[in-house]
Order: sequence, then C-alpha cells, then structure tokens
Amino acid sequence: MDEITQGIAQAFDLIVTLNPDMLEIAALSLYISLSATIIAAIIAIPAGGLIHFHEFRGKQALIVIIQTLYSVPTVVVGLFLYLLISKSGPLGVLGLLFTPQGMILGQTVLIVPIMLGLVISALSGIDKSISDTLVSLGATSFQKILEILKEARYAILSAVVLGFGRAIAEVGVAMMIGGNIRGHTRVLTTAITLETGMGDFGLSIALGIILLSVALVVVIVLNIITSGFPPESRQIPGGPSG
Amino acid sequence: MIRIESLTKNFGSAETIKETSLEIQAGEIFTFIGPSGSGKTTLLRLIDLLDRPTTGTVYFNGQDTGGNENERLAFRRRMAMVFQKPAVLNTTVAENVSFGLKFRGVPEEETQKRVIAALGLVGLSEFAGRRAVTLSGGEMQRVALARAIVTEPEVLLLDEPTANLDPVSSDLIENLIRGINRKSGTTIIMSTHDMIQGQRLADRIGVLMNGRLVQVGTAEEIFYQPAGREIARFVGIDAITGGIVTENRGGHALIRVKDLCFEALTGLPAGQQVILYIRPEEVTVSPAGSSSSRTSVRNQLAGRITKMVPSGPFIRITIDCGIPITALITRRSCTELGLSAGIMVVAGVKATAVHVFPFEG
Repeated sequence: MDEITQGIAQAFDLIVTLNPDMLEIAALSLYISLSATIIAAIIAIPAGGLIHFHEFRGKQALIVIIQTLYSVPTVVVGLFLYLLISKSGPLGVLGLLFTPQGMILGQTVLIVPIMLGLVISALSGIDKSISDTLVSLGATSFQKILEILKEARYAILSAVVLGFGRAIAEVGVAMMIGGNIRGHTRVLTTAITLETGMGDFGLSIALGIILLSVALVVVIVLNIITSGFPPESRQIPGGPSG
Repeated sequence: MIRIESLTKNFGSAETIKETSLEIQAGEIFTFIGPSGSGKTTLLRLIDLLDRPTTGTVYFNGQDTGGNENERLAFRRRMAMVFQKPAVLNTTVAENVSFGLKFRGVPEEETQKRVIAALGLVGLSEFAGRRAVTLSGGEMQRVALARAIVTEPEVLLLDEPTANLDPVSSDLIENLIRGINRKSGTTIIMSTHDMIQGQRLADRIGVLMNGRLVQVGTAEEIFYQPAGREIARFVGIDAITGGIVTENRGGHALIRVKDLCFEALTGLPAGQQVILYIRPEEVTVSPAGSSSSRTSVRNQLAGRITKMVPSGPFIRITIDCGIPITALITRRSCTELGLSAGIMVVAGVKATAVHVFPFEG
C-alpha cells in the first residue's frame, strides 16, 4: 500500500517538476505510438473502405483472418519482425532493429488488423439506404465512399483510438524491436518493466500514471478534432438560423 | 422519355421482375400500384439505374442505359429518386439538400441559392441549419424531396412517397409532386399502395402483380375495367363470375348469374359467358320494405347484411343476395338507415355501374 501511495506521490512530483528523463520517455512513447497510429490509419481506413465496398471471392474469410489478428500477442509480432529486420534477416539492410523507426513499424503491424477490422465494422454499420441515396443523387464511387466514411467518422475514430491504445500500451514489440535503450528506444512501458524488475515500484507506478495521462490527453484531442465544429454552426450564409 | 424493354430482374432464384415492357412519356405522372412485394421498388430502382436488370434494357430518351458505370452515372444524374424510407446524412438539412449539387460540381454560391430555394419550396426554410437526423418522418421526406428536386431532374422517381405519413404531410407532398410536374414539366414515376393517391395524381397507372405488369391504363380504365379478377380484387372491386348473357337488345343486356338477373350495358352477344365488376361505392343500400319503389336504378337485389367492416369514414358492407355484393357507404348513412349485420336490405346497382367482360376461364 505504501508503495502505491509513494508511487502516486512520485508521479505527481515527476509531472510537476517536469522531470527531463520522464519527459523524454513520455515524448518518445507518444512519438512512436502516434506515428504508428497515423500510419496504421492511413493504411486501414482506405483498405477498410476497399474491402467493405467491393465484393470478391474470399471476402468473408479475409475478415475472419483480420479479426483473428486482433488478438495476436505483441511478442509474436516482435519475434516475427525481429527475424525480418535483424542483420541476417531479409530486411536487415534497412538497419531498423533497436531504432524508434523499427518500433513504429512493429506497432503499425500490430494495430493495423484491429483498426482495419473496426473500420470495416464501422462501415457495415452505415445503413445501405445511405449508400443508395448517395448513388441516386449522382455520386461517383469515390464520392460515395468519401461521404460514407464521413458518416462513419465517430465509429472510425473509435477504431483509431483503440489502435492508439493498443500501441502505447504494448510492451512486446517495444522491448524486442527497440531493446529498451536509455535515451534512444526506452518508452513508458519498457521503462515500467525495467523499474519493476529492479524493485523500484514507486517509479513504475508513477510511469504507469503518466502513461494513462498521456493516453487520456491524446484521446481527448482526437475526439475534439473529429467532432469538429457543431453542425449548427455550419449554416448557409444568409440563411435563417436554426 | 423512359422506355423499358423486356426487363427482368432475378435475385438468386427469385424472379422479382418478370418480363416487363413499358413506355413513359415526357411530362407524364405515371404510377405503379400493386400489393406489397409485387416489385414496385425493384422496378423503380432499375429505372433509376441503381441496379442492373438480369435481362432487358432501360432506354432514356431513346438511348440505351446499359453501358459502363460512367455512362450510367451520366444518365442517373438526369434523374432523382426519393426512397420510401428517406435516409438523411448526419449533418445539417442544408448540407443534405446540397449533396446532389456538390456531386455535380455546381459552384458553391449557386448551390447555396438553389438549396435555399428548394427548402423554401418544401416549406423547410427555417430548418436549414438543423441536424437532419432530428427531424420527424414527414420533415425528412420533405428534405428528401428537396434534395431530389434541387438537381432539377428530368425524371423524378418516388417510391411510396407518403407511406407512413400523417394526412397533412401526405397532402403537402402530393401538392408538391403535382406542382413540380406542372411547373417544370418533370416526368414523375412513382409507386404507391394507396390507390386513391394513384387515382388522384396519375395520368396513367401500371398495375404490378407478382413482378409482372398486368395492366396499364388511365385511372378510369384500371378502376372500372380491371383486366382480371386479381386486379379487380386489388382495386377493391367485386368480381362476379358465372354470368351468361341471356338477351341483348342494342347493347342493353340481361345477364343471369345463378338465380339473379342483372341489367347492364354491353355489346357482348347472348350466350356469352361473362364476368361482372361492380365498384362498391356505386352500390346503394336501402332497408327492405322502404317505399322507394319508383327508381331509375335497374338492378334491385334483396339480401341480408353478413358483414360490416369500418374503413376510415366509410363502412364496407357485404350483402348476401345469393351472391355477395359489397357496398361502401358513409358511417352517417349507416346510422341513419339503422343498418346492422343480419338485417334484410336492398342493394341497388345502376345498369351503367355493372361492368361486363367476357369470361376467359
């Protein structure tokens, strides 16, 4: 109990004093996970649209595979990527092992399936009558997909937020691909693992609280960005107010 | 304007539209009527090029619309469709109405002007900034109509535009449809299961039964000369079979059905087996023994009331005169005449109200 109280006090102290080590670790965590989230979103949203809006043989099987990959263990992704990007691996020449870029790649691979699956679910949740309406109004295929993506924006945001959550909270890829090198690839989760192993529970709890705080801030910002301005403020100029 | 030729549409093994051909003229209001599941929506979707037919062709101004998606898009942009359940996007009413113009690349300033005008036309000017998903069913239907007409379509397709709406909203939508047709000369193709609406609005009516277009004609033709028992039943007419013309003097015929004898106007010769159609609203009812002995109504059939079914402001009365005859009378008349099930009455049918057709098996 003492350790928990001590941890909370230490977290408060680290945050208030803007501890440079803590800031560096938190900033790196944020950089890696946000980068992975953005790249994964850039891949998953259009790919989800492609899969949802096109009929092809094996579509259902593909969706089942994607959903199965939601629960792939992070260490399995770490191991797979390690073999790919280690010096003797086929992508060894890229020199990604034990670099933040390698960690971004790993987290991207980890969260693309969950984001992709949830984007497909989000699009499936849009009634077919919306699609028919857009087509009958003269939308091209591209215009239709764009409007439906906009219509599903809140559910897609949830997919992105969930992807970010999985990325910032994972430890397997960060540890195996990043190597937990101080000042280079040490992120909040690997730091917590290290400090716990060294018996410094107070600092581990403090880092855990900081991890949750970082996640909270990102989720709030993402929500604000996606919600945008309230629809009531988007009136036709000169039109009567609603 | 629109010509469909040998059109069929199958969903799996189900034949939703059976070989159908039809020509709809420019500026016409054409209405499809038919029971639920008869294929009205499928046919409208085929005309709007939302679905491809299994076989057959839709021609737009004489041009084949069966080309690639880009060609079909160009034709589709000359039409607009309002669905039975209007889908609105989760944004403002004004933005919902502007979609068609945005897709066509109409400049922003012109879009705004046209959206404001369209909303004014459907009486929703003050709703421009409201979120569309918060509107009532009737308001959403008006938004859907504004969204369709703002693109100034040559052909406007309406699928059950007033289904599930209250009478006031229905009236408003009907007036708008009529107004759009008269002012802009827009060809209107609609479906309805409300036959009265079909009668009120349509220049011509097509009756769909089980995916087949079984009769096309004016309201007068459909409602007084149905081409078969199924259509007669659907449009609410009693079909009396088993008749035979016993005598015909210059078009004034006597027709025997069981023990009854009807007088009717027809050119069919004596000996011809016939089917008779009588519209319930053309049947009068008077209590048996009332003193209206002198009347121009040629057919006076005594019988007992077997069933009385309320139908809005009317009551549908079935009278067993040896054969069942149905009359549609107002509730007020019913009360004044003291009609109730089980009492004897006389059903009166003018000779001109008995529509006679050859019986073909």
